[in-house]
Amino acid sequence: MLAHALVFYFFSFVTVASSLAVISARNTVHAVFFLILDFVSISCLFIMMGAEYLGMLTLIVYVGAVAVLFLFVVMMLNVNFKELRAGFLSYLPFGSLIGIVLLIEICLMVTTWKYKDSFIKTSEIKINSNLSNTEAIGNVLYTDYLHYFQISGLILLVAMIGAILLTFRRKDNLKRQDITKQISRERNESVSLEDVESFKGIKLND
Amino acid sequence: MIDISLGHYLFLAAVIFTIGVIGIFLNRKNLIVLLMSVELILISANINLVAFSVYLQDITGQVFTMFVLTVAAGEAAIGLAILVVFFRNKGSIHVEDINTLKG
Repeated sequence: MLAHALVFYFFSFVTVASSLAVISARNTVHAVFFLILDFVSISCLFIMMGAEYLGMLTLIVYVGAVAVLFLFVVMMLNVNFKELRAGFLSYLPFGSLIGIVLLIEICLMVTTWKYKDSFIKTSEIKINSNLSNTEAIGNVLYTDYLHYFQISGLILLVAMIGAILLTFRRKDNLKRQDITKQISRERNESVSLEDVESFKGIKLND
Repeated sequence: MIDISLGHYLFLAAVIFTIGVIGIFLNRKNLIVLLMSVELILISANINLVAFSVYLQDITGQVFTMFVLTVAAGEAAIGLAILVVFFRNKGSIHVEDINTLKG
């Protein structure tokens, strides 16, 4: 029980500290690295709660895809991030005020709201040993939530097409193969017979 | 303090959500950190969903966390693509310059 609490506090400390580092890091590349640390510790928390499939999924999707995408973009763009931090301190009082008020509101709601009696403590959660977490999700995902699952696939497809379409650039100086043009060529428009006189040569119009 | 209950996870999610909101306020100029703050907010919603799912012994919350994950990935991809196109056209990622995108 004590070990459970200690591990929870350790991971939550790492999560909160790295989130703070994300929004306050001077170097944006460092911010992305702290974001990766944040995602890793949150996925550890998921695994601690008994949602190991989502823990792994968070690692794959957030760390493997989203954070690496951020890293690519940060390193690809040649931006002076120093000047982007201008005004950081001028927004600090206002931002912190709103943030603290928001935190107080949410904490009031969390602490004063009455839990149902059926809520149990984490260390008492019995993980069903004959049905793994992944299996339990799969049982529901492909039956009750089949349409949601397919729609989420559609969202990914649209996001992919949109991202490609946005960043795609057609270069004019690039020679491309036009298959329709190639196979619709006729003989008489590409080959011609010419009579060449001796010692005169011929001038071709090309 | 020793018994980790649902409230602990909700409190952690609230803290991360607040940090994300403060990040949006503080990094008004840096669009990349702005997008990362949105990711923080989304993952705090994920923590809430997973915590409720585990404590109510209901797998639905975890299924919906997957959908939130999908939307977060799509949002990051589209947002960063817009950022790259904007950088190509303007040579900067100043949030103040983005109002020139309107028609």
